Amino acid sequence: MNSTLTPQDIIDQADALRPQLSSGFRDEMVKSLYAEVERITQRAVQVGSQKKYDLDQRIDRLVTSPIFGLPLMLLLLAGVFWVTIVGANAPSALLAKGLFFLEDQAAALFTQWGIPWWITGFLWHGVYRGLAWVISVMLPPMAIFFPIFTILEDLGYLPRVAFNLDFLFKRAGAHGKQSLTMAMGFGCNAAGVVATRVIDSPRERLIAILTNNFVPCNGRFPTLIMLATIFVAAAFPPAFASFAAAGAVVGVVLVGVFFTLLVSWGLSKTVLKGEASAFTLELPPYRRPNIGRILYTSFIDRTVFVLWRALLTAAPAGAVIWILANINVGGLSLAQHAADFLNPFGVLLGLDGVILLAYIIAIPANEIVVPTMMMVYMGVGMMTDPPDMNTLRTLLVDGHGWTMLTAVNLMLFSLLHNPCATTIMTIYKETKSYKWTTLSVVITLGLAFLVTFLTATIVRLF
Amino acid sequence: MSKVLSTSPCETCPANARLEQMGLKLEKFDKVVALAGNPNTGKSTLFNALTGLNQHTGNWPGKTVTRAEGGYEFSGVRYKLVDLPGTYSLLSASQDEEVARNFILFGQPDCTVVVTDATALERNLNLVLQVMEITEKVVVAVNLMDEARRKGIQVDVRSLSRDLGVPAIPITARSGEGLQTLLSTISDVITGEIQTHALRVQGTPELQRAISTLSQQIEQIYPGIPNARWLAIRLLDGDARVQEAILNGEIAEMVSSQQRSDVSFSRKMAVEGRQ
Repeated sequence: MNSTLTPQDIIDQADALRPQLSSGFRDEMVKSLYAEVERITQRAVQVGSQKKYDLDQRIDRLVTSPIFGLPLMLLLLAGVFWVTIVGANAPSALLAKGLFFLEDQAAALFTQWGIPWWITGFLWHGVYRGLAWVISVMLPPMAIFFPIFTILEDLGYLPRVAFNLDFLFKRAGAHGKQSLTMAMGFGCNAAGVVATRVIDSPRERLIAILTNNFVPCNGRFPTLIMLATIFVAAAFPPAFASFAAAGAVVGVVLVGVFFTLLVSWGLSKTVLKGEASAFTLELPPYRRPNIGRILYTSFIDRTVFVLWRALLTAAPAGAVIWILANINVGGLSLAQHAADFLNPFGVLLGLDGVILLAYIIAIPANEIVVPTMMMVYMGVGMMTDPPDMNTLRTLLVDGHGWTMLTAVNLMLFSLLHNPCATTIMTIYKETKSYKWTTLSVVITLGLAFLVTFLTATIVRLF
Repeated sequence: MSKVLSTSPCETCPANARLEQMGLKLEKFDKVVALAGNPNTGKSTLFNALTGLNQHTGNWPGKTVTRAEGGYEFSGVRYKLVDLPGTYSLLSASQDEEVARNFILFGQPDCTVVVTDATALERNLNLVLQVMEITEKVVVAVNLMDEARRKGIQVDVRSLSRDLGVPAIPITARSGEGLQTLLSTISDVITGEIQTHALRVQGTPELQRAISTLSQQIEQIYPGIPNARWLAIRLLDGDARVQEAILNGEIAEMVSSQQRSDVSFSRKMAVEGRQ
């Protein structure tokens, strides 16, 4: 036995042996492997009729066709949003009515019991109101959107989307699987960032991580849906309103895809130079979704998860807003001071001071910007009664000078602004780099300011 | 010969109660079983069926990118089940492949179940052969039998078992078909009741010479190492991760811990969640 052999010797020996092998070692190995596999398969597998397979292929030919693929995809997306919008409207209004009725009753009861006004205010008009807003605005759309999305996922539609969008990503110098990670981003951007692990090349993976935030996550969808419903839809005759709203949400998603491609292209031409790498993507057979699994995933994993997270932030946000609104300095509340201070900048972006203040308060989970904004408006006394969805529009327009520009820019801002705290943390965990994490915030926030500023300026010019 | 799809009466009998889903109660377990397989073959569905957990499943390749762990009890033995990311190979090109490979190699599971898609067996067997290069303790679960039946595809698992040298069990994880047989087979492979003789791809004579030269040296340095041949192949391929594992002593640690009968290295790996 040769006792002087060391681990390094083995490596050296391997290096010495490698060049002696003809026609590439890996090729040899792979060739033998495939030959073996083919032999075994031929003996073990018998293929009979292929009826089902044919149907799968026929569907695929349509769904991934170069002509119909993309329009079908957009139509499907619009359909999902439309169902969500139409279905969520009534339950949202009902929930708001019920929850705010409860607030009034509870507050009245507290007063009756002689509990100091500031405890009642803090608990019921602060913390509770925050929770009530988030539940009534976010729960109904999520309870409709998530099961539909999960059905599409279980059916096997997502890889087809990746297939359809591949050519766009290739041109942007990014990886075709990036659209799969984007699809996960629809659910949650943090999950989307983790999903980028399927991308082999570190360069393309970074691009996918940095741009994932441009797909609106499930937390932000209710915001978009609500704005589209009460502003965009209202500009159309009632018969078309819900379609217009769905179209507006699809439009926002398309803007998101546009910025994903633009930023991917920009990154691959500058800091992350390189060519798009080739990859194989398996289109799995369509599978019958498992109902129990879909219900579990969409309600427990998604709806309850997102809602719980939003509530955890909404409660303290409600409390902060109540305090800001009830401490007066020089005749005006702190919230009013802050909103006034931010207002010039907000107006420059086609928004206003209250929206920016809400955005700052809700930074840990910025998907709750709209509920926070409502609370600030109420807190600074711009709305006395918590309104339902239908009167919300009138109140915002008449009471606070909202225009179509405000609504559109708020949608754009909520699409583009920085990732939420959880996603930022996930980006750091995945990249292990402060530089890329910072960049992910700078790019998104910079674009959000730039785009809203540009639209506001252009609209004001005409 | 080709009639292999029938379910034995035992599968529908109440003996099924022998499977107890343990979910995340992982403090105490006796054996570690890894679930490997191509993407989208139903590993997570099988994982959920056995552990009673709700690992998210979805019909697209690449859904599981990290490993999930859960437990089940079968005939009084407690198993820890590790759901690995789906991969087409173990050549370690991307992170998910690395996670899967490192666990099979360094995690030293007591048994590795390779979940395959009955409707695309040819493509799936590549991974089976690669896993069998690393470990002999393999059970092939031929999943999605219901889908294969619908498509008129018949899989002769007996021929498959014979050719591969490891048991192949037809299952439908979604409906629970064949799980009882799978579990008892896993148990038999671990106890040695079933002896496996994993098929090893031979390649050209020239190749075999290079592999045997190198694996002899590896066996000299690490007496008793179970996968010298696989390490030799990886080194010849210039695999940086394996080179690193040899130089930094990871391989030495793996071998020596295997020889210590009282401490199961796999258990330590699994408990610490180290990769």
